[in-house]
Amino acid sequence: MLKTFRLGGLHPSDNKLSRSNSISECGLPETVFIPLSQHIGAPATACVAKGDKVKVGQLVAKASGFVSSNIHSSVSGTITSVDNLPDAGGIRRPTITIKVEGDEWLEDIDRTDTIIRNCNLDSKQIIEKISSAGIVGMGGATFPTHVKLSIPPDKKAECLIINGVECEPYLTSDHRVMLERGEEFLIGVRILMKAIDVNKAYIGIENNKRDAIDHISGLAANFEGIEVVPLKVRYPQGGEKQLIDAIIRRQVASGALPISVGAVVQNVSTTLAIYEAVQKNKPLFERVVTVTGKNIPTPANLMVRIGTPISFVIDKCGGLPEDTGKIVNGGPMMGRSMSNPDAGVTKGTSGILIFKEKESVRAAATTCIKCAKCVSVCPMGLEPYLLYKLSQRQLLAETEENRVFDCIECGCCSYTCPAALPLLDMIRLSKMEVMRIIRERNLAK
Amino acid sequence: MNKKLVIAPSPHIHGSDTTSRLMRDVLIALIPAFAVSVIVFGINSLVITAVAVGACVLFEYIIQKFLLKGPNTIVNLSAVLTGVLLAFNMPPHIPLWIVIIGALVAIGVGKISFGGLGANPFNPALVGRVFLLISFPVQMTTYPSPAPDAMSGATPLAFVKEALKSGRSVSDIMPDLISYQDMFIGFKGGSLGEIAAAALILGFIYLLWRRVITWHIPVVIVLTMGIFSGILHLAAPESYIGPLFHILNGGTLLGAIYMATDYVTSPMVRKGMVIYAIGIGIITILIRVFGAYPEGMSFAILIMNAVVPLLNKYVKPKRFGEVIQN
Repeated sequence: MLKTFRLGGLHPSDNKLSRSNSISECGLPETVFIPLSQHIGAPATACVAKGDKVKVGQLVAKASGFVSSNIHSSVSGTITSVDNLPDAGGIRRPTITIKVEGDEWLEDIDRTDTIIRNCNLDSKQIIEKISSAGIVGMGGATFPTHVKLSIPPDKKAECLIINGVECEPYLTSDHRVMLERGEEFLIGVRILMKAIDVNKAYIGIENNKRDAIDHISGLAANFEGIEVVPLKVRYPQGGEKQLIDAIIRRQVASGALPISVGAVVQNVSTTLAIYEAVQKNKPLFERVVTVTGKNIPTPANLMVRIGTPISFVIDKCGGLPEDTGKIVNGGPMMGRSMSNPDAGVTKGTSGILIFKEKESVRAAATTCIKCAKCVSVCPMGLEPYLLYKLSQRQLLAETEENRVFDCIECGCCSYTCPAALPLLDMIRLSKMEVMRIIRERNLAK
Repeated sequence: MNKKLVIAPSPHIHGSDTTSRLMRDVLIALIPAFAVSVIVFGINSLVITAVAVGACVLFEYIIQKFLLKGPNTIVNLSAVLTGVLLAFNMPPHIPLWIVIIGALVAIGVGKISFGGLGANPFNPALVGRVFLLISFPVQMTTYPSPAPDAMSGATPLAFVKEALKSGRSVSDIMPDLISYQDMFIGFKGGSLGEIAAAALILGFIYLLWRRVITWHIPVVIVLTMGIFSGILHLAAPESYIGPLFHILNGGTLLGAIYMATDYVTSPMVRKGMVIYAIGIGIITILIRVFGAYPEGMSFAILIMNAVVPLLNKYVKPKRFGEVIQN
């Protein structure tokens, strides 16, 4: 029996169209748009001005606080503006625009293919390097990695868990990284183990990626303390709490962090970025992006410089199909639909998913028949039908009593609902309100 | 790029379940039982089912269109299912006008008066059946025997109840009863859809496979009835007939698999489902053994339907983080 998490979940069809396409270079656009807020926390502060010349890897915006992240130039060229520009969702945010000129990298970045296994830095130095390289969670949540690795003095990490689940349908970037950059990835895992001072790491990989399980298991034999854990295919296994439950059978309590059960979770692409930052001196300025969709002529896994216009990336895969209805930043279950495909790729862009017009329209909602499917698929043990009803009536106290704040917005309820009710839409609204009320209440205390 | 793009919150994909697909699956699951009833009761079974379905659909259509001026709801197939279940609860020689009255009560009173599909607290088909049982007790309890040499004019449940009441012992009755094999296959008196135990179980397997329902409600009802009647039987073997008899006869399987599991009128949470099912099992045996009626499944389900809102309010699912740490 393969391991998996214990509550709820479902299995949407994989649609991993790009699973066997090797990572290839996307190439350089004419202009890149680098937003200053690509992470959870305070936006970074620009440290360059219009007219400045920059090189690849050069710091262009500094973290403004502990929960924030450095941002580096992904290209060489001239800064043409530091201004508010619409992001992919259409919201205007501070963005650095750089006109690309050549491809000149900072000299201290090691651009060779040599794999460096030894790392003589201590925990503090490693975290320092990760922080200065601007690394954030690349699975989509974009939480600054150095914050996650800085374990409070009263807590102790017992194990590292690497999220190689990629449970979102369509996405294959982590899968390809494991297959093609396996050794570097595993060195990254060792570095992380050192950073949080543990001697056990688990790599959770779902069973629909047998090739990755076999490949990484083979390589891991040469690394001490790393165990590959094949997992039953089940969404949302990539959720932090779900993954911890699946692998070490411990459940993080409501409102608590993974460290409360002794676990630290990192994603595959993040781990590779950590290897590059620590061993090759390379800041996070490029990432693997899956470009996919049933209508895309050539689905691909591209190595894309941060800030490359999404439309440029799509053009590299044959261009936007005629009957495109929706473009999603991320996977189909939790990704965000975008209105401005000319915005730049960010550190959290794991995929660009293109839907046909027909796939983009939701079925008309009918009435709840109380089939209880939403209750049985909820991985947090909530009652989505009830939260939906309470949210519609704006009964916020009751939604809080029914733990709306525990919702991880995985979308299983809406996905499964036979009446096609917009369950998560409504739940999200009251969750936002309830979280705001809770914050205010805590402040008042 | 000046293309108009759809902007919507996640999730961006939807599963294959729809209300009509679920209803259709229940209808498919009922086909084997329907086939057995046609074999055992002949053309009557076909006619009654057709009339019940036709009447239910027509009443729903008329009430929605002319009385409520609401949307056309017959496409979700729930009225078809109500019709089939109502027919399955009818004795094989019921006059058709009674069936039509039952359909009107099931759809009009049982379902639409509460706000239509999803809002009705009681199983509509059972509302129709119980209304008829109380209004037309003679027609509703006259069962011709399918074979001349078997018991005449009664279902096995009614026969055993009468015999025990008249002072006969269980071992004395047994030789007069049809074999358990016949009870299992369906060669016995009873309502159209309840006789074919084997066929009903076949449909149950289909429903589980298609994930339309979970095993909880049917299995717990049958287990509860088995345990309760088993205890009675062990305590006084000559006064109370054994558990297998109770499970294979009357509306046990039809009720447990197809009526008690009605989405709208059953609990939302597993634990609630189990409590609800235990209640149905106990009440059914209480009525069958100690009550005035030989059969108690319909009443038991309706009574427990009334408890469902309470169960939904107070029985909460196991929350993440509350699962026992190990």
